[in-house]
Amino acid sequence: MSTPFYVSPQQAMADRAEYARKGIARGRSVVVLTYADGILFVAENTSRALHKVSEIYDKIAFAAVGRYNEFENLRIGGVRYADLRGYSYDRADVTARGLANVYAQTLGTIFSSVGEKPYEVELIVAEVGKATEDDQIYRLTPDGSVVDEKNTVVVGGNADSIGTYLGQRHTPGLSLGEALKVAVESLARDPNGGSPRTLTPEQLEVAVLDRARPQQRKFKRILGGQLSRLLAAGSGDGGGDSEDTELDLPELDEDE
Amino acid sequence: MEANTRGTGRLPAAFLTPGHSSFVDFLAEHSPELIPGRRKLPEGLTIEAPHGTTIVAAVFDGGVVIAGDRRATMGNVIAQRDIEKVFPADEYSAVGIAGTAGLAVEMVRLFQLELEHYEKIEGTVLSLEGKANRLTTMIRGNLGMAMQGLAVVPMFAGYDLDLGRGRIFTYDVTGGRSEERGFAATGSGSVFARGSLKKLYRTGLTGDQAATLVIQALYDAADDDSATGGPDLARKIFPIVGLITEDGFRRLSEEEVSAIAVTITDERRNHPDGPQAPLL
Repeated sequence: MSTPFYVSPQQAMADRAEYARKGIARGRSVVVLTYADGILFVAENTSRALHKVSEIYDKIAFAAVGRYNEFENLRIGGVRYADLRGYSYDRADVTARGLANVYAQTLGTIFSSVGEKPYEVELIVAEVGKATEDDQIYRLTPDGSVVDEKNTVVVGGNADSIGTYLGQRHTPGLSLGEALKVAVESLARDPNGGSPRTLTPEQLEVAVLDRARPQQRKFKRILGGQLSRLLAAGSGDGGGDSEDTELDLPELDEDE
Repeated sequence: MEANTRGTGRLPAAFLTPGHSSFVDFLAEHSPELIPGRRKLPEGLTIEAPHGTTIVAAVFDGGVVIAGDRRATMGNVIAQRDIEKVFPADEYSAVGIAGTAGLAVEMVRLFQLELEHYEKIEGTVLSLEGKANRLTTMIRGNLGMAMQGLAVVPMFAGYDLDLGRGRIFTYDVTGGRSEERGFAATGSGSVFARGSLKKLYRTGLTGDQAATLVIQALYDAADDDSATGGPDLARKIFPIVGLITEDGFRRLSEEEVSAIAVTITDERRNHPDGPQAPLL
């Protein structure tokens, strides 16, 4: 019985895609959406140290679901790619499109290489522009496909139902508080039609790429008290304007 | 060396190897030719290149101020009148550079990236002590070129978030690091600047007073050192002053610095040697 079974290329690829998809569907989702001043990232994540959303470069952030060691590897590769490119040329020459292409090549090569198992990850690479129209969001699947997304995107478990809900509720020009409210509501929904869960600030990882930030680096985590205030304001009535000024806090006071 | 010019366009293995949080170490492995100190010069050759001169810093209540003049010289020629020698290293620290300008500016870029890279990879910032030590390593890497006349002598100042105060570190060309108390000066005019600082410095200064103090010191350095440029009122070129507090790095605006510089220059019309400290 030494003759191997014949597996058609179509079947082999379908099997690999199915394997990766199942791995991704097990995890909690990450929601990415545009708001008036930039791009908001919301993930369900109880860990304060193991991030699903991270900074890559000045205007570029990364969000991922799936196997932690695999997307962490890709994140570090992306940071090295961006820093090396910015150092060799100029900071302005580091773009989300370039990074998405490198990720696509990397994921695609791994996906179709016989010796490796496909990565069980789904990534989002986003870049905040000078205006809402210039914001770029790319979604990358384990086979190396790149999808250019507009306004909202969801990856991870129940992505379809969350994405449909989010897409219907999202309107351009939301304030940060409003956008956060919509994102949290869509994450908290029960896909089987039950009553929605309540997500506390401790269960959420929230970050923004804020184009209004005076610093060169536009990425900012929203933590602790600020997150609680934003969530409370959002659940009350619309988004206030006091939250936005909070975002100008220096970047490094992240631990509380 | 670009990531997607190699092979299939997939990120090279070095990019996906876990372990490094240091950009300099990564660069040394992947693209060593991009590290400033790695370039080999022919033996026995000395190159004349523009040099930056005086950097001063002083600690005040709640932070530290660092300032640099704007002159770069090449031999007896003024190579540039508006060079910038004080740069933010990250949110809470700054680096000022004296020595070979071209190499120093490149070293600062790499140092800024080193701190940012660590922060992104690790998700946390280096301690101020850790940042100062990284700079040591980078200067040491440049020793070969320093021996051939291309020395870089930086000064590092920052706000220590753990200790809640400003701190200053100075370096020699071998990477020798020393923490300074109160104030410090480096570069060709540093002898005169240090004398000035010594007489005018006292504890309990405010940020504004510290800014005035360092500009006074730069004025005195420019007064006696031909390689240091004073406030250029005609061209409106004034020293660069960076203020680092709990709120982070802030570069004083041109209006703020020019206001102080003009006041000092006016005062010096009557007292050319500047303010006088009491004899006893």
